[in-house]
Amino acid sequence: MPLPELHRLTLANGLRVVLAPDRTSPVVGVSVHYDVGFRSEPEGRTGFAHLFEHLMFQGSESLEKLAHFRHVQSSGGTFNGSTHPDYTDYFEVLPSAGLERALFLEADRMRAPRITEENLRNQVDVVKEEIRLNVLNRPYGGFPWITLPAVLYQTFPNAHNGYGDFTELEQANLEDCASFFDMFYAPANAVLTVAGDFEVAEARDLVQRHFGDVPARQVRPRPSFDEPPPSTELRSELVDQHAPLPALAVGYRLPDPVTDLDNYLHYVVLSSVLTDGDSARLQQRMVHQDAIVTDVGTGCGVLGSPLDARDPDTFTVTAIHTDDVEADRVLGVLDEELDRLAGQGPDADELARVTARWTASLHRDHDRIVSRTLAFGSLELMHGKPELVAELPAKVAAVTAADVAAAAKSMRPDGRAVLILKPAGGAE
Amino acid sequence: MTTTSDTGQHRTAEQIGHTEQGPRPVPGLGTQRVAVQPDTLDTVLDNGLRLMVVRQPSVPMVEVRLRVPFGSDDPARPATAELMAETLFTGTATRSRVQVDTDLALVGGELGAGVDPERLSIVGSALASGLDRLLEVLADVLTAAAYTDEEIGRERDRLVERITMAEAQPGVIARKALQRRRYGDHPFAHEMPESADVAQVTATQVRELHRDAVVPRGAVLVLVGDIDPAGVARLVGSALEHWRSDRTATGMTALPEVTGNDLLLVHRPGAVQSQLRLSARAVPRTDPRYPALQLANLAYGGYFSSRLVENIREDKGYTYHARSGIEFTSTGASLLVDADTASDVTAAALWETRYELGRFGLVPPKESEVESVRQYAIGSLLTAMSSQSGLASQLAGLAGVGLDAEWLRAHPARLAAVTMEQIAEVALEFFAPTAFTGVVVGNREVLAAQLAAIGGVELS
Repeated sequence: MPLPELHRLTLANGLRVVLAPDRTSPVVGVSVHYDVGFRSEPEGRTGFAHLFEHLMFQGSESLEKLAHFRHVQSSGGTFNGSTHPDYTDYFEVLPSAGLERALFLEADRMRAPRITEENLRNQVDVVKEEIRLNVLNRPYGGFPWITLPAVLYQTFPNAHNGYGDFTELEQANLEDCASFFDMFYAPANAVLTVAGDFEVAEARDLVQRHFGDVPARQVRPRPSFDEPPPSTELRSELVDQHAPLPALAVGYRLPDPVTDLDNYLHYVVLSSVLTDGDSARLQQRMVHQDAIVTDVGTGCGVLGSPLDARDPDTFTVTAIHTDDVEADRVLGVLDEELDRLAGQGPDADELARVTARWTASLHRDHDRIVSRTLAFGSLELMHGKPELVAELPAKVAAVTAADVAAAAKSMRPDGRAVLILKPAGGAE
Repeated sequence: MTTTSDTGQHRTAEQIGHTEQGPRPVPGLGTQRVAVQPDTLDTVLDNGLRLMVVRQPSVPMVEVRLRVPFGSDDPARPATAELMAETLFTGTATRSRVQVDTDLALVGGELGAGVDPERLSIVGSALASGLDRLLEVLADVLTAAAYTDEEIGRERDRLVERITMAEAQPGVIARKALQRRRYGDHPFAHEMPESADVAQVTATQVRELHRDAVVPRGAVLVLVGDIDPAGVARLVGSALEHWRSDRTATGMTALPEVTGNDLLLVHRPGAVQSQLRLSARAVPRTDPRYPALQLANLAYGGYFSSRLVENIREDKGYTYHARSGIEFTSTGASLLVDADTASDVTAAALWETRYELGRFGLVPPKESEVESVRQYAIGSLLTAMSSQSGLASQLAGLAGVGLDAEWLRAHPARLAAVTMEQIAEVALEFFAPTAFTGVVVGNREVLAAQLAAIGGVELS
């Protein structure tokens, strides 16, 4: 992938800025990544980082409630935000005439968000509806991103439910909000990204004009969330009220994605070799040859995308299977296939396929301005290297059969978590 | 300014929300650069296949969309068609299932098939340098898909499991109930086959269906990417040369117009949230009133800053997900209004949804609402068209109703020309509460009393 044109700067208040001009289409993407995610929320306040993300849309000093949405949309734009283990992002994509307006909107809420009791209570209700929609009222809701870390990890930051417990969400108060904002939403704890159709010099001026006077605040050093990996196989079971078929999820610890990126990518390739496409190992074996699962998937990262978090990060295997298949049989086949890969590694053809598919999917992602903007921002935030977007295909292509074999070999039963999901059995 | 210290001191929420300077004016919009119009080719090949090719070299990829009209009144069709789509890429006369995937993977390619009561859709992409290989695999599958007994047998079992899984999803339950409510037994209501029907399908039936219905005449192939249209047209012409049939692909029987009716309450035991699904008639993109209806829909519930979302989400907190939209079919269009809401506020959310429908016709969108949706419609179209995949999907959808890239190009001007009076007219006609039918899916024990009290709901 050709290296995109990238400009980086840091304002006096510590805000890091990535400018990625690309005049192909007359649209721009603007995003702000704050270096705080649900791993940083306080005990007793599960779900708070995500709730706070909602509150950041509820108005700021220059913008009444609803004004943020209206200004973006009446400029022809779309917006959203999302909360991850280690960061929270906010973004707009608009026709390029809206660039200054988008910068203004982001700067205004970085400077002075308007957090009121009324908006807090309203958004607690909205977030509870979101959780009902995505977790409580559907089969396999939150499986495994909420439920597996609780088995694999022992410490609160890594193990707790990032969507939050209803009781704790209801207890959130303005004091929590103010403390969270002052602690984590400082300019020096954020990355601003502008991608798409703009002149670099003009964008620099606009960024300085709107963000330059956001007051600097001290940022506390980020704590490590590291904890020892399990030394035995950890098992747990849960009953799903809505699921029609049993399922299982397996979690393994990954190398540090930031300090040990090359090693981490071995697992990214391993995941593709296992489950990416009909020719992948577990697809062939579990779905087609033995026919023991309906679907199987693997991936790096609890939310389904690699390089989306710092250490500790999780390699996940999920499978949905019929009642007549025991979970241990699926695990047995998984271990056999890992052993086989550990012994012989993938062949050259398998590696070539993974590289080509990876390169293609990076190009496709990069073609959507929203994905491109967010990728530059999150890579700058966590890796200090937005250009990693363009370097990944070559790094993936450099992964050898021996690397993948070693990764497979490391995935031993005595270092993993196994979560078994059982349907409640009530026929609906 | 107070500085956060390590002792955890911080400002109050009130202090955080104010600066010495006070509120600032929102900047105006800059000058908008217009999009470059890409090279486009729109032609019909010898075998009757319509081919649309657009050069958009933003990344070195190519997007592929093939749509074959696939309508039928045969009640056995949904099950056979679903199994056919599931097994289309499981091998040909010369390639095994694994070989199909291997050949695609080596050019960074993906191809997948889906089917609904209207059409068979094949969606894919590859590195642009691998387009010849992708077309070779596509042609092989279209002309020589094997549907071996073994693959059919295994995929049939898997499909039954997947249907079981899908049928546990509240969204799927609600969609099925809505289809039945508004279209009765029309083929369009049968979007997902019954497990029992799938279990009966044989490999022979699948092969016969492919032979009879997967045909080029009447179908459209869209390619968008870092490609040269003329060269690609030749490539496609020769790759798909042997895909031929005397038959013409047939679309779905025309749908009846949606007519107003009480909503039907559908019981889902144990539900903690309900699905509201309302529908009314609309006009398709070929109708002169369509641009006005498109803008009216946005203002009602089609984007975040709409009356519906600002009321039931941002004011009342009844929902996370509420929206309205226009659903297009090959023969018409309908309005959809969706919201998912906790059981204890379901009736209240329905009440507000209806109130906003009534108010929409009586107090039509004012100028600021109209200008906002106009800019949103034009701007979001620009964004959607800026990616290869977005443009390819747009064009494939338009081609199905006889429209083309030219229509898309001219659409911003159509939106710009819509008047407030035109929006007021469609608001009154199409958003009238009495024009809607629909379903409420949820826990009857919690919902029934309140729904009975507000009326307009058949408690079944």
